Amino acid sequence: MLDLVRNLGHKTVNAIWRLGYAGKFFFLTLISSGTSFRRIHLIVREVYYTGVRSLIIIVVSGLFVGMVLGLQGYETLQRYGSSSALGVMVALALVRELGPVVSALLFASRAGSAITAEIGLMKATEQLSAMEMMAVDPISRVVAPRFWSGVFSLPLLTAIFNAMGIFGGYLIGVVLIGVDEGSFWSQMQAGVDFRDDIMNGVIKSLVFGIAVTLIAVFEGYDSPPTAEGVSGATTRTVVTSSLVILVLDFVLTSFMFRGA
Amino acid sequence: MRLCNPKNLTVQPEHFLEIRDLNFAYDERPILRGINMDIPKGKVVAIMGGSGCGKTTLLRLIGGQIRPTGGHVKFDGKIMHELGRRDLYETRRKMGMLFQFGALFTDLSVYDNVAFQMREHTDLPESMIRDLVLMKLDAVGLRGARNLMPNALSGGMARRVALARTIALDPMLIMYDEPFTGLDPISLGVIGNLIRKLNDALGASSIVVTHDVQESLQIVDYVYFVSEGVIVAHGTPDEIRSSEKPFVHQFIHGEIDGPVPFHYPAPPYLEDLDLEPSRA
Repeated sequence: MLDLVRNLGHKTVNAIWRLGYAGKFFFLTLISSGTSFRRIHLIVREVYYTGVRSLIIIVVSGLFVGMVLGLQGYETLQRYGSSSALGVMVALALVRELGPVVSALLFASRAGSAITAEIGLMKATEQLSAMEMMAVDPISRVVAPRFWSGVFSLPLLTAIFNAMGIFGGYLIGVVLIGVDEGSFWSQMQAGVDFRDDIMNGVIKSLVFGIAVTLIAVFEGYDSPPTAEGVSGATTRTVVTSSLVILVLDFVLTSFMFRGA
Repeated sequence: MRLCNPKNLTVQPEHFLEIRDLNFAYDERPILRGINMDIPKGKVVAIMGGSGCGKTTLLRLIGGQIRPTGGHVKFDGKIMHELGRRDLYETRRKMGMLFQFGALFTDLSVYDNVAFQMREHTDLPESMIRDLVLMKLDAVGLRGARNLMPNALSGGMARRVALARTIALDPMLIMYDEPFTGLDPISLGVIGNLIRKLNDALGASSIVVTHDVQESLQIVDYVYFVSEGVIVAHGTPDEIRSSEKPFVHQFIHGEIDGPVPFHYPAPPYLEDLDLEPSRA
């Protein structure tokens, strides 16, 4: 029993300590970001690796999520004779919730894990130590460009996910089932508010981008320099990011859409 | 041969790296105890000892990557662990370190690896960087490999590229962490030769952490032996070769048993096998 309490206490202290360390790491990343912005090609290069290379999974997932929304939405709406509202339903579901959340989850799995593995392997193969010994700060040269690339990439990927989702909904609703095209688009245009719906979705994806990329770079930088350590850090990135995305989504939604 | 009193070293009076009463421990476990060393200008000094005796830790202390728990490392008149971040990085520009397996940046080509420090620390035009990179690569015989990626290099080539990168900004002090590990005899000879030649050409000082006795004794000016975190002997290569000190003798001649025992501490063999001595 005593061991159990001791173990629990030890784990709690460790978790708090690690949270504090992550906070310090975040602060260091922010103040070391000057180099990244002065040499923008560092960020552009990482945007290619994290953003552009995530495009396929985002495009395909967006299309299928939109198609499923079209099918499910039509099935429900036609019961109430409101199948013409399919467009607005698909669009709202995507821009408010599914777009930011699913994109972030996919981004964490595809790009977040890659960032963690890359930084972890750089640490294991002494590349980060070598950089330090060359008087180059690894946080400003390696971590900060990857961090900002994630922050910039995710909102853009989310926008692409939403566009593909709406296209998927259109394919199923209008092309396949035969919902009136004019109603589909006009109701969507009338029912989606730029500030309340689209901008709030953008804010969500920005927050998710910060959270996911921070977790990814931190786990990589903090991983034990062994094969097992890097593999554990990569798993932690995906698991922690996914949980953080869902929790943050609830918190943000409760602030953004109360009573709206 | 002198024993454990490097304060009386007579190698050369001009020491620009001094290590005094250096102690280091991980948690409560002591790694280095009371290390005293002087690295004179222009000399190549070897630090030898078995695996896990604290040699690499010593290099990291010299580079200011970790803080000592006692004593100090003084480089170019500055005590390393007292330097702030900016001064530490400024001081490190005068150092170069070759890591055990090269630690080349795997996402950069050979050319970009060597150009890395020049681009980070200087405002030289790309045309001048190109000339410098080619000169450094030529010095290690790999000018023709400039467009290769690190994964296309053999172990020996990677080590040579890393060496070219290490000397990119003509450092005053070059540190080598196990430079001979895993190399074939030809590469081993090439690297050994380059260490000596580059040191002399740059007028730098070099510290070679190694347990490759024969290769290093041919190229170094002075040797320190570290065992269990303390310096147990030091001297010139000739003094080391003729040493009768048991540890040095065992190490130099690669004897299986001696002060460094073959067996890890364990209970008596028969007892471990549940056999009575009388039945054996």
